[in-house]
Amino acid sequence: MKPTSLAFPKNARAALGDKNLQTALDRMRSGFVARRADAVARLPEFQDLRDRARDIKSHTLANLDAYLERYEGEVKKSGGQVHWAKDGGELCRIVLDICQQAGAKTVTKGKSMIGEEIAVNDYLEEHGIEPIETDLGEYIIQLRGEAPSHIIAPASHVTKDQVAASFRETHGELDESRSLEAPAELLAEARSVMRQKFINADVGITGANFLIAETGTSVIVTNEGNGDLTQSLPKVHVVLASIEKVVPTLEDATTLLRVLARSATGQDMSSYTTFSTGPRRPDDPDGPGDYHVILLDNGRTDMLAGEFREMLRCIRCGACLNHCPVYGAIGGHAYGWVYPGPMGAVLTPSLIGLDEAAHLPQASTLCGKCEEICPVRIPLPQLLRNWRNQVFDRRLIKKPGWD
Amino acid sequence: MPQNDQSPSSPSGPRVALFVTCLVDLFRPSVGFAAVKLLEDAGCRLEVPAAQICCGQPAYNSGDQANAKDIARRNIEIFGDYDYVVAPSGSCAGMIRVHYPTLFADDPHLKSRADALSTRTYELTSFLVDVLNVENLGAKLEAKTTYHDSCAGLRELKIKSQPRRLLASVGGLELQEYEGAESCCGFGGTFCVKYSDISDSMVQSRADELTATDAELLLGGDLGCLLNIQGKISRLNDQGAGPNVKVRHVAEVLAGMTGEPAIGEGEEV
Repeated sequence: MKPTSLAFPKNARAALGDKNLQTALDRMRSGFVARRADAVARLPEFQDLRDRARDIKSHTLANLDAYLERYEGEVKKSGGQVHWAKDGGELCRIVLDICQQAGAKTVTKGKSMIGEEIAVNDYLEEHGIEPIETDLGEYIIQLRGEAPSHIIAPASHVTKDQVAASFRETHGELDESRSLEAPAELLAEARSVMRQKFINADVGITGANFLIAETGTSVIVTNEGNGDLTQSLPKVHVVLASIEKVVPTLEDATTLLRVLARSATGQDMSSYTTFSTGPRRPDDPDGPGDYHVILLDNGRTDMLAGEFREMLRCIRCGACLNHCPVYGAIGGHAYGWVYPGPMGAVLTPSLIGLDEAAHLPQASTLCGKCEEICPVRIPLPQLLRNWRNQVFDRRLIKKPGWD
Repeated sequence: MPQNDQSPSSPSGPRVALFVTCLVDLFRPSVGFAAVKLLEDAGCRLEVPAAQICCGQPAYNSGDQANAKDIARRNIEIFGDYDYVVAPSGSCAGMIRVHYPTLFADDPHLKSRADALSTRTYELTSFLVDVLNVENLGAKLEAKTTYHDSCAGLRELKIKSQPRRLLASVGGLELQEYEGAESCCGFGGTFCVKYSDISDSMVQSRADELTATDAELLLGGDLGCLLNIQGKISRLNDQGAGPNVKVRHVAEVLAGMTGEPAIGEGEEV
């Protein structure tokens, strides 16, 4: 997507005046924070687990080349293919090539922030392939033609009534008299439309929460099971993952899973945690015939070598968004690109350049709540200050009115 | 603040410098006088070095590292020889304690001096409780109060129990916690100027949470946050929509110096 981060002050003002958004944010603010606090209180060793999670990611980043090569070797051993993409353009071309070789007309997609980062949906559509988002939140924003406003709850800016309106507008066979009041009714309606799309899809694309070097496994967590249908029904499964997703061992992945769900949604575990290792074997009852992993760099190697390396520990739990008073006031779209909130304010300038995102590191009171709750202990306020140093030195924001 | 280099207090106590802070100096000197009384009553040989300046945090957080370092270097000179440096602000004390060593990470000589100053610098309530083991101040105030934990004090310096323990000794004072105690008020230094509408939305949330309590007095340890919250309450009250809450720095209450009108009250000069 084209960034609008330079218009942050204007975006933020619009967000503050948007009644539907403010209603949605009110609900989100209270829910996530209280559920995480309960989950943490139930697990006495949670703070120790955060230290271990931090150490696992730091160790992996210090040896990233070795673990990526190990991972690649294991994927190949299990019969899968690994592709390396240095940027979004390369990744899109590799995905298209795989889809065209499979003769794909439709592609189902599990939730993938990498997919958002490189706008793979737009690319596939331009080349005559229909991408179908299967995560309910992603499906809703796809219908609305929007970007996600939250990295784990992409439609958290939308109210229930707005979802019902989108379904009535786009679902041709929906009976006008049918009630779409309750969340369960909305879910049933989405499911009825989605089921056939799962069955018809030629290729399934998912992201990855973790890649496990010792086994060549990709791991996804979902609460809807859509990821499992996306990756096991079509004849081809494509995993999109950035290079920092790799961890050394299965044991490491399980440690990170223990802090991930608790930090994200306050669950002890997500409803579905799925490990995929290679394509279907001869005695497997189902699964894809072809298994591809595309590893994306897109600026990560540069981050690894610089003062923002610690940001690569991020496991995309979204807790820093949920706890950020600025995100809580304006939501995710005001940040103007794919990754919002404190993690986005650090990551976005690394990925699209500081000139496109100079406001984001300023858009924080440095209250420190994000660092207090980050499951991998990323010093987000200090990383924001690092960007501010560059903004100041390069005089990137000049006018006193800031916009 | 007037200079107070010759303190009459006990010659045996620690030699302490008061870091007044810009906001106390310019907006609320009574907080400085309250800090002087609290520290002298606790036996400190107190000095208020007249050459002191800003802690440098506005420059530091705005990316102006060169100015932040110049300011820090001067403060290291001015405050380097005291047993302790105490500030009635978690934010300014946090700047010296947590961030000065970071500023000079690449300069071994200044780093060691910054480290030395860091370990001797305290926020006021934390100094009274954690270093001087003060328990009872003998102050009295009949009031239903609530407390706002400012972010830097709370998260950089872990100040939470100290002001509450001291307030528990104030006769007649009731303290009830409010929901927003640990949530940022939206001040954020220059943030409230750069993104005033986001800041206003944040402080509106704190005002709403204060309305939900029956506290009549909000206390806190950082004037930046207190001025921001009081300003919002006052603007809301102009529209007849604000909480009926007055605002004071905790030092004034602990020192029994509440004769001054509360923040934002009294005659306009």
